[in-house]
Amino acid sequence: MIFKRLIQPRGVGAALAAGTALWALPMNVQAEWALNLQRPVTEIGRVQYDLHMMILTIITIISLIVFGIMFYSIIRFRKSNGAQPASFTHSTKAEVLWTVIPTLILIAMAVPSTKALLLMEDTTESDMVVKVTGFQWGWHYDYMEEGVNFYSMLSTPQSQITGDEAKGEHYLLEVNNHLVLPVGKKVRFLLTAKDVIHAWWVPQFGGKKDAIPGFMNEMWVRADETGTFRGQCAELCGKDHGYMPIVVDVVSEDEFQAWLAEKRKQG
Amino acid sequence: MTSTVADHHHDEVPKGITRWLFTTNHKDIGTLYLWFAFIMFLVGGAMSLIIRTELFQPGLQIVNPHFFNQMTTVHALVMVFGAVMPGFVGFANWQIPMMIGAPDMALPRMNNWSFWLLPFAAALLIISLFVPGGGPAAGWTLYPPLTIQGGMGVDFTIFTVHLLGMSSILGSINIIATILNMRAPGMTLMKMPLFVWTWLITAFLLLAAIPVFAGAVTMLLTDRHFGTAFFDPAGGGDPVLFQHIFWFFGHPEVYILILPAFGVISQVIPTFARKPLFGYTSMVFASAGIAFLSFIVWAHHMYTVGMPLSGELFFMYATMLIAIPTGVKIFNWLATMWQGSMTFETPMLYAIACVALFTVGGLTGLTMSITPADFQYHDTYYIVAHFHYTIFAGSVLGMFAGTYYWLPKWTGYMYDERLGKWHFWLTIIGFNLTFFPQHFLGLAGMPRRIPDYALQFTEFNMVSTVGSFIMGFAQLILLLVVVKAIRGSGARATSEVWDNPEGLEWTLPSPPPYHTFATAPEVK
Repeated sequence: MIFKRLIQPRGVGAALAAGTALWALPMNVQAEWALNLQRPVTEIGRVQYDLHMMILTIITIISLIVFGIMFYSIIRFRKSNGAQPASFTHSTKAEVLWTVIPTLILIAMAVPSTKALLLMEDTTESDMVVKVTGFQWGWHYDYMEEGVNFYSMLSTPQSQITGDEAKGEHYLLEVNNHLVLPVGKKVRFLLTAKDVIHAWWVPQFGGKKDAIPGFMNEMWVRADETGTFRGQCAELCGKDHGYMPIVVDVVSEDEFQAWLAEKRKQG
Repeated sequence: MTSTVADHHHDEVPKGITRWLFTTNHKDIGTLYLWFAFIMFLVGGAMSLIIRTELFQPGLQIVNPHFFNQMTTVHALVMVFGAVMPGFVGFANWQIPMMIGAPDMALPRMNNWSFWLLPFAAALLIISLFVPGGGPAAGWTLYPPLTIQGGMGVDFTIFTVHLLGMSSILGSINIIATILNMRAPGMTLMKMPLFVWTWLITAFLLLAAIPVFAGAVTMLLTDRHFGTAFFDPAGGGDPVLFQHIFWFFGHPEVYILILPAFGVISQVIPTFARKPLFGYTSMVFASAGIAFLSFIVWAHHMYTVGMPLSGELFFMYATMLIAIPTGVKIFNWLATMWQGSMTFETPMLYAIACVALFTVGGLTGLTMSITPADFQYHDTYYIVAHFHYTIFAGSVLGMFAGTYYWLPKWTGYMYDERLGKWHFWLTIIGFNLTFFPQHFLGLAGMPRRIPDYALQFTEFNMVSTVGSFIMGFAQLILLLVVVKAIRGSGARATSEVWDNPEGLEWTLPSPPPYHTFATAPEVK
């Protein structure tokens, strides 16, 4: 009873439209109430985003069908309305249909998914390599062919964490030394760890890979635009798992070379 | 085999604490399991409220990160192994003998021990929180090398797992022996209630999977204390080996958690739709298909470990396949409702909500099966949202449906329908407020198992925490409903309780005598 009064058609329609608009757009990275993935800045990120949206659309349609049938049944086939129960108990035709059609939908989903995975796992023909080592609790970056390496750890002060000081804009997503990469170059990451399993993840780049002690994993990224991009460790690694973020500056080739030269001088 | 039991003055119900310590009666043991599960549910729930309170706002307010990690770890272990699994074994014990027309389980003394292992296991786990170094804090998945670093709390957890595993294995043997050997004459396998079928399949899953889990944690124990290097690269081992072994157990485990719920739903919906279950044969095969497929998909929990491409592709395709038999079951329940004559007492409300909300969880599972997309979801709150939709909305709501459905049979009194509906609506609203926003948090980039987060995640975390308190405290209503029914404050229940339900349990009085079906009933 209350249910019917709560659903006013016009209001629901407007809310649905606004919600769909919000949901369909990639989000500004620091938006509150973000509903979707962060805006990708790599080709693999865009492929991934499009795949995500395609599958999300399919499952939204499926759930609307399922809930639609369910709610229709609830309203129409009630004893209180005088509905009489039918006596059918099975239908081979129905079983075949609702087995075959989902199978076809799955095959349709598997094709672009396979292509995306093949793209993401192809680390060949890279322009440069960076070794990433996770440790408790921070990251070590090693530009192996450039003679530059350094530690990158959380720079948010403890007083902000305990609440004794107001939190800064990049609370928990700021580090002392940023990873710097040149724009438009295919960067191959080698990932490992010192102690326990960590995982390196920058959402806007689109890749995530575990950093496992004693083993070397590979991942690649080609950032298409300059800017600063933030991520976090994505594998529980102990008490400060939530406190070892990643910050990457993507800069022009010239700026990158200048930064490398500066780093070599420093250390 | 007919079931004539020698009459040893067993018509008198034993009294006192020794009744509960030494009982071999399936109804008593069912009651013990159910109360144990409910207590564990509240304990695990309290832990989740600590988690959600800390996550209400960014910053650390009430706990330190190490304790937070203990809470997330023990919350999951308590809920999965203390609440859901024993809860469904409680349903199995109460219902299976009555539903197949058997006087009791095949091995009643082993049944007693299967239960009494559990309080000791639970005590060991809770005590681990108080030993030096605290409880396990590596997540319920217990990955090394992090668990190798942990203090003795990890060892307590390993022994907890051994005890729990033994209980599950013995319980499964009992269930299989009972179902295969003690059905009343005329009850062929294809005439069994679907709840019995899903438990038969679940019991086989348990037998296959639990020993693997025991093996995995024993290897952790020897790596920790006895000089082995299964998972230590410095000794020639591989941390990822643990993940493979764990998830070979872990994936069938999630189907162990859900199949009995599917069984309950398959009993409840036909009763309240006043229409037989649609596609019985199809449902049996779909359940078996899900169980079989559950063994070949485990590495979808490990897409980011650095598997070879062929492995990633295989597990992606196999995981996508599970959507098919699962979808078949959903459609069959919808077809049962279709053109029925439905009423919406509390069991039916829960059954419908279970189907609807499990579908949400199943569909997000489909998105996660897609390996390249999963690179964004893995280890984020998107996953946390997914498994709470499947486990809470699937398993726990299934148990609530079964509780309200069979409580009048067990106690002999109707439960309070008004309180039941309050419990339902507060649970559903609280649950969705808690977990739906977590999909968005995961997509927006919030990792899981963190006590503190960047500012952009604040708003949805606040909503989630508010929801969790509504949902958490609503469970006290269930406690009230159950206690009131046991004390007999409602109307007396008839044998049938509901409107012409199917099943042998409804031919018995409510409550049933201590011993039932001493002589096998006739099944046509």
